Amino acid sequence: MSEITAEQVAHLANLARIDLSSEEISRLTLELGQIVDSVAKVAEVATPDVPATSHPMPLTNVFRADTVVPSLTVEQALSGAPDRDGDKFRVPAILDEE
Amino acid sequence: MTDMIKLSAATLSGLLTDGSVSSVEVTQAHLDRIAAIDTGVHAFLHVSGEAALAAAARVDARRAAGEALGPLAGVPIAIKDVLATIDMPSTAGSKILEGWIPPYDATVVKRVRDAGLIPLGKTNMDEFAMGSSTEFSAYGPTHNPWDFDRIPGGSGGGSAAAVSSFEAPLALGSDTGGSIRQPAAVTGSVGVKPTYGGVSRYGSIALASSLDQVGPVTRTVLDAALLHDVIGGHDPLDSTSLTDAWPSMAAAARSGLADGALKGVRVGVVKELSGNGFQAGVAQRFTETLALLAAAGAEIVEVSAPNFEYAIAAYYLILPAEASSNLARFDSVRFGIRVNPEGGPLTSERVMAATRDAGFGPEVKRRIILGTYALSAGYYDAYYGSAQKVRTLIQRDFDAAFSKVDVLVSPSAPTTAFKFGEKMADPMAMYLNDVTTIPANLAGVPGMSLPMGLAPEDGLPVGLQIMAPAKMDARLYSFGAAVEALLEASWGHTLLSQAPELAPTEMYTNAVFTSTEGAV
Repeated sequence: MSEITAEQVAHLANLARIDLSSEEISRLTLELGQIVDSVAKVAEVATPDVPATSHPMPLTNVFRADTVVPSLTVEQALSGAPDRDGDKFRVPAILDEE
Repeated sequence: MTDMIKLSAATLSGLLTDGSVSSVEVTQAHLDRIAAIDTGVHAFLHVSGEAALAAAARVDARRAAGEALGPLAGVPIAIKDVLATIDMPSTAGSKILEGWIPPYDATVVKRVRDAGLIPLGKTNMDEFAMGSSTEFSAYGPTHNPWDFDRIPGGSGGGSAAAVSSFEAPLALGSDTGGSIRQPAAVTGSVGVKPTYGGVSRYGSIALASSLDQVGPVTRTVLDAALLHDVIGGHDPLDSTSLTDAWPSMAAAARSGLADGALKGVRVGVVKELSGNGFQAGVAQRFTETLALLAAAGAEIVEVSAPNFEYAIAAYYLILPAEASSNLARFDSVRFGIRVNPEGGPLTSERVMAATRDAGFGPEVKRRIILGTYALSAGYYDAYYGSAQKVRTLIQRDFDAAFSKVDVLVSPSAPTTAFKFGEKMADPMAMYLNDVTTIPANLAGVPGMSLPMGLAPEDGLPVGLQIMAPAKMDARLYSFGAAVEALLEASWGHTLLSQAPELAPTEMYTNAVFTSTEGAV
């Protein structure tokens, strides 16, 4: 029933920011089609009268007091960064030149 | 004390308390065991020997000074690599986090340290806990101590193999769809997925936030209960953490050992989780266990959970959807590796895409793409929305079943440990391994796996799954301890005493891991 195309997978990979090779895209197109066909059966019992559950043990309005508590130091926060500039994360250009 | 590694944590606790052994001795014995056999088992990605011995010496000094310590103080523990540890790499089995040392401890790790337990190292797992075999670890698979050609289960195969090969008496795991219970089943050990929210997820690298739960991996039910008491309870750093006051799980486990503990217990057999699709030896041991329970006075009742049939489908929509969102944090900026694309402009987006291509393995890519698809405009209602409705139906099935029975039982996994490579080519075949364990995650109820024998056809361990109503984790321990005692009395020994001795020189010669050892 699902008609997953290679173009679709390439688009999803772009949305997910994963640079897939053309081989990966063709393999995933096939696999995704099979998986989607198997999981589509959820629609058989998901009738309009059934409410959705997003969370097994629902809690609401989980707040804490609005007070300052110890947190990571700048050094700790930057300790795992692949690149830094002083006290900041260093990243490649956000915008393309063109 | 050459057998020190074979002792349960509860027994070690007694010996440490009365001074018969020191924590340094116990820790050294386990480090020696790891050094001797882990080339073959490959349960560990990182071993922290010096830090472990130093921590053990501190516990010994505190005990010598007369300080009152918790029951597990001085007992070694292995930690699944999905948990953040401030002094050890935490990779979640992924190349994208290779060498990452977090700036904080997961709450469960902090509680384990505060209770005086001795972290030995980090255990192997399928990448970001996506898998049932550890074959998707970026650092090579863990081998089942019962047969090195077979999988140890997954994702927490490293923790299960560590306890079942006597490298550690205790380990921490995480269970999103069975990652604690299925490895326990195929390695002959004990694993517990607590009620969702019963144990903090803070510092557990998130796979699917509405399903993940951290829990104990051990060799006995009492040991699991002792560890549960250490790690459980409310944590303000996890907004999904329950604020309930919990009873002592260890006391519950001990109560299960009283005479007649099984008398009158209503045990529900889930019709949809038995019969067809189960390996003959698994079905046989399950039937025999039910007979033992009935003979001990339990009332066996068949119950139906008609919507369990849709659990795998719902799970493989909800999990990828949540995972695709959670794993967006691996953006090559704040932690992990950064890989530049070949040619073209170096923009953040292109660097992120190249990094994620190089850093994620095939199963992670598959699930991120599937989750991105399930959440796309136009498909959301049909897939993700429907899956959330199935979740409601499965909760209702559990509610109906628990209105008739005290606990539910099933085999923990449809088969015994399969061989490496057997299910790698077919993602759906791999996903079906989780048919028995997934319903508990979708509904948030607690589940336990404990050994119920060896399958006659292959001599490999078979696990019994026990499920209890939400927040009734204590019932798992009282019932589980009673079943464990009943089974061991019928065998005349523990199941793990039948595992092959792993000689120190034994090496897995066909293995490919050499320089991949360790994520350090």
